[in-house]
Parts: sequence; structure tokens; C-alpha cells
Amino acid sequence: MSQTIVQKILARAAGKSQVNVGDVLEPKVDLAMSHENAALVLNQFNEIYKGTGIVAKVWQPDNIAIIFDHRVPAESRKTATNQKLIRDFVEQQGIKKFHDIRGDEIGICHQILPENGYVRPGSVVVGTDSHTTSHGALGAFAFGIGATEMASVWTLGTVLNVEVPATIKVVVNGKLNKYTAPKDLILYLIGQISAEGANFKVIEYHGEGIKSMSTSGRLTICNMSVEAGATSGIVPPDEETERYLSEVAGVKDELNMIKPDDDAEYDKIIEIDASLLTPQIACPHTVDNVKPIDKVEGLKIEQIVIGSCTNGRLDDLRIAAEIIKGKKVAKGTRMLVFPASGRIYKQAMKEGLLYDLMEAGAVVMNPGCGPCLGVHQGALGDGEKALSTTNRNFKGRMGNPNAEVYLCSPAVAAASAITGVITNPNNGSN
Amino acid sequence: MTKVIYKLEDDISTDIIYPGRYMATVLPAETPQYAFADIPDLNKMLNDKQVPPNSILAGGKNFGCGSSREQAASTLKGHELVIIAKNFARIFLQNSINLGLQTVACPALEASVGDEIEITKDKVFNKTNRKSFDIIPLPASRQAIIDAGGLIQYTRKRLLERVKP
Ligand code: SF4
Repeated sequence: MSQTIVQKILARAAGKSQVNVGDVLEPKVDLAMSHENAALVLNQFNEIYKGTGIVAKVWQPDNIAIIFDHRVPAESRKTATNQKLIRDFVEQQGIKKFHDIRGDEIGICHQILPENGYVRPGSVVVGTDSHTTSHGALGAFAFGIGATEMASVWTLGTVLNVEVPATIKVVVNGKLNKYTAPKDLILYLIGQISAEGANFKVIEYHGEGIKSMSTSGRLTICNMSVEAGATSGIVPPDEETERYLSEVAGVKDELNMIKPDDDAEYDKIIEIDASLLTPQIACPHTVDNVKPIDKVEGLKIEQIVIGSCTNGRLDDLRIAAEIIKGKKVAKGTRMLVFPASGRIYKQAMKEGLLYDLMEAGAVVMNPGCGPCLGVHQGALGDGEKALSTTNRNFKGRMGNPNAEVYLCSPAVAAASAITGVITNPNNGSN
Repeated sequence: MTKVIYKLEDDISTDIIYPGRYMATVLPAETPQYAFADIPDLNKMLNDKQVPPNSILAGGKNFGCGSSREQAASTLKGHELVIIAKNFARIFLQNSINLGLQTVACPALEASVGDEIEITKDKVFNKTNRKSFDIIPLPASRQAIIDAGGLIQYTRKRLLERVKP
């Protein structure tokens, strides 16, 4: 029987030769990731063991990753205490894939996992974060779960009751133009299929536009697949996957280059011509409220944000620095940049990107989730508008329900920083 | 029998249910105070303890979209609410099942604030407008967790089976 890539991955992880959409399985987990919400996982994990007389021990410390990113360095006494609890737990359980607030180690979980080679093609990855979908960029079946479910994974090493999802195939023909980014492609797709268009389904990405895209861009696309409701996004592994894992992540072992069958059954097939795309903007307050940039050009912006697990990678910083080099951030606009990891930060420093950004007037913050979720830094004032390369524009997302968040690519963010209004980088006026 | 206490629109995100700025608060016992913190009248109604258990929040489509934060389910569970919506986002639905928050998928529901509602196995009956609406049942695989009393109990059972000699 012909199968999609996720069917093949799940069959392997559940010890079956093949599986059908709708089958209920209990797949083995290859990697279980949490961030600061490990504090809640930990609580629920202890609850499971309560009264059993069994000493609480995670199933396999090497398959667990814990990354501090959401509120680093701690913004409050509560967070700091949670982080301390987690540190003690990590030590006691012998968890080595632990990333604390420290030089090269720090970063957003969805950057730390790929750049350290924790994710392999064909594996099952779960994370207590909805954007765990990102890791499909490396050919894994990766999806978000809640904290109690993670406590169950820590105990049993499997995810209970996973239903084999249907798959939507997205074929991206043609290549993106210079100032049109993977971000524009995924925003466009979400706008087309809506915020629930892929609910309970997987999106499998194919075509020349994906083949020619770096892993960094694929991470952006898989990351935001959840904004269409998808359980996961996935790119079948290819030469680029091998290149990334060996060159960037230093992975030397043999990879499972799992591929979907050519005649696998899909829920539907969507074709997009990347060469026709223009920059896209997701307008408040839903991610599927997407408009081509010319519909919102000229809108005044108080805060530009470049960073996050969606667009805080080197490619993103490079294009932003290229556009803004030698120019100035407009008066009345502030620009915040937060690289996705310590390694990226250092490399961006070496390449002079951070220098160029700062010269222009940007404030470069430490790696982490920063302003993205509105807990830590970069909150908005009443009535203010932010233009951001992050992935969510929900009401209140940047810490203020009386403010607005617009989502865009790094190129649009940089071009708009110079003018102080939403600006198309293709217009050359900047 | 219970009443609809509030109606919400489509695409209610977990940022609305439980804003990110309270995410450092994790324990289920402590999260209920921040339910809908950015919708002050709803938050106040819940915190004033005027809402009897099993009261109904009626939402639109894609309820609970966004982040995987389990606080969004625990904060509502803490008020013993029942959520009726057209449909639910995947992770929120799973979190609700795991924690025992009652969710009802009822795509055609017509109800206003104050309406009296009766929920049976496969129908929502609105006693006020005297109409009844179909429920989309949960997959059987999820029912096992509900029947066990939640995921903690379910996993504990599995753990004990595993260590049995
Ligand atoms: S950067 Fe934003 S979306 Fe990404 S993991 Fe952090 S909070 Fe979530």
C-alpha cells in the first residue's frame, strides 16, 4: 500500500508494516522537548507516580531535551524559581540535552533542536510547544502536545492514542524572488486555507520552490504550518537536509532518508507558483487575515521586530542587514532584533550584521523568545502597531490587547524600519 | 441543566483564554484567576464565583487555537466550565481531554446568553428556543482517557501494569 511520509514514520515508530489514516497508534518517541513549561510537566510527572511506590524516573534521559527560551534571563521571581526547579530535575535525572542561559547554548527551542542535530529524518518528535511543527523541516514527524501529555511521555516513552492524520500535499512550483521569502509563501498559504484549514492534518511540502529552499526557510514554513491548524508540516529529506545536518549540526551518522510513495493518498493537493508571489502581511488579529503588501503599504508602525523561531536565523538577519546597512531606522519607530540562538548571534556578530543593524538604530537583544509572546520584553503601548517577523498576531500577543501586530518577512520588516511605515522592499525607494 | 453565561467569537486563541504574561503561573490550582484576563467582564464574572459549575461558554469555530499552553485548559477546568464550540483546535482539545475539561463540538448550535441548555450523549438541547443540535462525538481513542478520569490516572495505570511482575 502506498503511504505518505508521516504514515511511514508512524508505522515504524509503532512497530507496524503499514498504517491507515484514522488508525490509533501508540508510537515510540525519539525526542521529547520542553522549555520552561517543564516546570508544569515536572509537577504532572510527579502526580503520575504519586501513591505508586515507584521512584519517579524518566523513561530515557537521552531522548529528552529541555531548553530555556521563553523568559530568559528570568523576568520574574516565579520564572527564576521554576527554572531552578528544572535545573535540579535535569541534574537528578541525568538529562544532557539541556540548554541553560549561557553563551553558545542559549536559544529558542526550535532553533536549538535543529542546530545541535537533535532531530533526524524519520523520527517522532513531540514538544510542549505548538511550533514543534518546525522540525518537520528535517523530515521528522514533529508535533505539539500539552504538559500532562509530556509527563505521560516522560513516563512511558510513547505518545498515547495518536490517530494517523490525513495529509495535504502542497506543491510549490517556481522559485521565490529576491525579496519574497519563505515567510511570504507560508502566509499566503495560511490566507488561502484559513487558520483551521489543516486542523488535525499534516501538510507535506513538495516542488521546486521547496527543493531550492534552505533548511532555514523550510523551518519557517513548517513552523507556521500550525497557524493553519496543522498537526505538523513536513519536508521529505533531500540533499539540503543532509547538507544542513552534516555542515551545520555536525551529524555524522547515517540518516534515514525516508520518502513518501509517489502514489500516496492525499486529502487534497494544493499548487502554488512561488515566482508569482509578492510580500504578504498577516493583519490583526488572526494569522489568516493575510493581504498582499500593496493593500497595507504606508501604514504607520511604532515597533519593528525581527527574530523568533520563525525568522531569527542567519538568512533572516543577513537580508535585514543588507537592506538597512547605511540607512537609519525612522524617527518614531523602534527596531528590536533578537537572534534565534547564541550560535546565530555570534555568527551574525562575526559577519558584521549586528553592527550594521545597530548602526541603523536597532536594539539587539539576547537570544530567546523576547517580545514574541509578550511576557518579557518589547511590550506594546495602547494603540501602537508592531510589524513583526514572528508567527502570531492574536489580540494581546505582544503583551497588550489594545495594540496591533502585523506579521511579515524580515525583508519587509527591514524596509519598513527605514520608512516607519509598511514598505515593500521591491520598490527600491529605501 | 445549565445556562450559557457568555458567547465568544470564532478563533478564540489560547492567548485570549490565558494571556502569555501569566505563563510563569503553571499549577492548576493557581491558574483559574487569570482566565480571560483580557476580557475583564468575563474574568470578573468567573472570579466573583457567581458562576455555578457546568455553566456554558459558547464559542465559534477553531476554539483554543494557538499555543500548546495547558494553562488554557486548566484555567477553564478550574471554573468547572463546559465549552461548546463549532470545533476545537487539536492541542487544546487534547489538553482538555487530558485534564477532564468538558468540551462539546456542536457546529450548528444556536444559543444566546441566559439560554438553558441540556447536554445528552449526542445532542445539545436548548430549552429556551426549544431546538436541538447534533454533537460531533469524540473519537473512541479519546474516550479511554476520559473514562480513566484523565491522563494522569490513565498513565499511572499503564505504569503500574508495566512494573507488574
Ligand atoms: S519565539 Fe515565539 S512562537 Fe517561537 S517558541 Fe518562542 S514564544 Fe513560541
